[in-house]
Amino acid sequence: MIEVENLTKHYGPRRAINNLTFQIARGEVVGLLGPNGAGKSTTMDILSCILSASSGTARIRGYDTFEHSFEIRKIIGYLPETPPLYPDMSVRDYLMFAAQVRGMAGKQTGNAVERVIENCSLQDVGHRIIGRLSKGYQQRVGLAQAMVHDPDILILDEPTIGLDPIQIIEIRKLIQELAASHTIILSSHILPEVTQICQRVIIINEGEIAAVDSLAGLTASLRKSERLSLTIRNENSKVAEELNSIDQVLSVLPKEKNQFLIECKLNSNLQDEIARLALANQWGLVEIKPLSLTLEDVFLKLTVEEKDVQA
Amino acid sequence: MRNVWVIAKKDLGSFFNSPIFYIVATVFLIIYSFIFFNILNFFSFQSFQAGQLQAMGMNLNLNEMVIEPSLQNMSVILLMIIPIITMRSFADEKKMKTFRLLLSSPIHLREIILGKFLSCMIVVAVMILISSYSVGFLFLLGEPETGPVVTGYLGILLMAGCFVSVGIFASSLTENQIIAAVLTFGFSLFMWVIGWGAQAAGSTTGQILQYLSIVDHLEHFLKGMVDTSDLVYYLSFILFNLFLCHRVLDSNRWR
Repeated sequence: MIEVENLTKHYGPRRAINNLTFQIARGEVVGLLGPNGAGKSTTMDILSCILSASSGTARIRGYDTFEHSFEIRKIIGYLPETPPLYPDMSVRDYLMFAAQVRGMAGKQTGNAVERVIENCSLQDVGHRIIGRLSKGYQQRVGLAQAMVHDPDILILDEPTIGLDPIQIIEIRKLIQELAASHTIILSSHILPEVTQICQRVIIINEGEIAAVDSLAGLTASLRKSERLSLTIRNENSKVAEELNSIDQVLSVLPKEKNQFLIECKLNSNLQDEIARLALANQWGLVEIKPLSLTLEDVFLKLTVEEKDVQA
Repeated sequence: MRNVWVIAKKDLGSFFNSPIFYIVATVFLIIYSFIFFNILNFFSFQSFQAGQLQAMGMNLNLNEMVIEPSLQNMSVILLMIIPIITMRSFADEKKMKTFRLLLSSPIHLREIILGKFLSCMIVVAVMILISSYSVGFLFLLGEPETGPVVTGYLGILLMAGCFVSVGIFASSLTENQIIAAVLTFGFSLFMWVIGWGAQAAGSTTGQILQYLSIVDHLEHFLKGMVDTSDLVYYLSFILFNLFLCHRVLDSNRWR
């Protein structure tokens, strides 16, 4: 569906993105992840035919974003980082305009506008002037604008920025619903969001791809050790000592009261062993839980490790 | 063509929903009316004198003595007021980042530009239309010739079109509305006075400068003449500016 090859963009002497290559299949929900200024927005601008690349190609459904941008613009919906809102228009007028500019005409325009107003829960503010809405509502109007013409591909640049937690959940739910019938590429620097919504993650750092993989794949490939969390009921000063006596245990870190973080070798499956120790010593076993790497860890590892190499 | 109207309608909405249009139109009408009634007053004073001295009566003519100078003065007011109308066109879209909506939509750049041009022209035309009550007033009182009035307004509209096209082009160059307005006013004024250099320059250069002058072409229209060379001048002036605007916006993709 989306094919990006060696995409590079310079702003004057500054290189925003360098040699990006990735593919996105139809129906996928892909997260573009990276710190601020990593080149996420530039990549999205190029995919939306707003900017042209300095070199390399980006194709959507076989159309080149530069040569056949007109065809692409018919099938994408774009929500830029700053929602493109006219502050002096009312929500409904604005969405009408967005639908018309996207090539809708006649009765279908009105129906489409009512549909997105409902989908984005904008019923209460349909007649209000955009400039007087809260940031959260404005963001939702921006999202409504991107999907009013029911595009195949949604390109969303930080769709949940500026929303309160309840709205974030709503928008995420909406995106998940859309994911059933759309290809979605969204950028974020909020990691849990990507974890929840996306099937695949592209991590960009300083304009280059640091990793492309599914979430599970990413965590697995970066895992050099396994971690277990152990919680017990009875206080016991010898727990760490006992645990360290197991071969595969690399380190034991006391956390809160009666809670320990055990780092052990990969695939050692120590649960049984630890349980046996707990029973034998009457620690009062409450919980043994394997900890997977969060995306946050992955992200930090990727972006920080690279820096270390450079330095 | 449909897309042009979609854009124009949106811009017209923001003109008429904001105070800008009403303030600009009021200022325009007050200044124009003041000048018009002064000219009319002077004319009636002269006709009164002519009534006493019968020999002078022959040369008094409403078209030449009232309508023509009024429209001439109107063109000066337009020169100053059109930059305010056009300055938002692209500068505001760029500043508010709304231009991205248009750029990522299946709509051609030329349609966007034409839509903006059309909306500004409609705003200017509405103002001129309201001000034409003055000429209607003359038709009630006297019997001016219709021909020169029609061609005069046509000339004024074409000239306004030139200012608007400069304004749209200037607005595409910057995100700052004030810079856009100043550039528009400066360039329009320069094209206005460029003919003044004709005498100092040699005969060939002088002729070229004379032809380039925006205001010289208006004279013919005000006198009731529609000359092809004037039409060609105005239309190519407008098209050239819109073309430059297209180039500028297109090249923005490359930055």
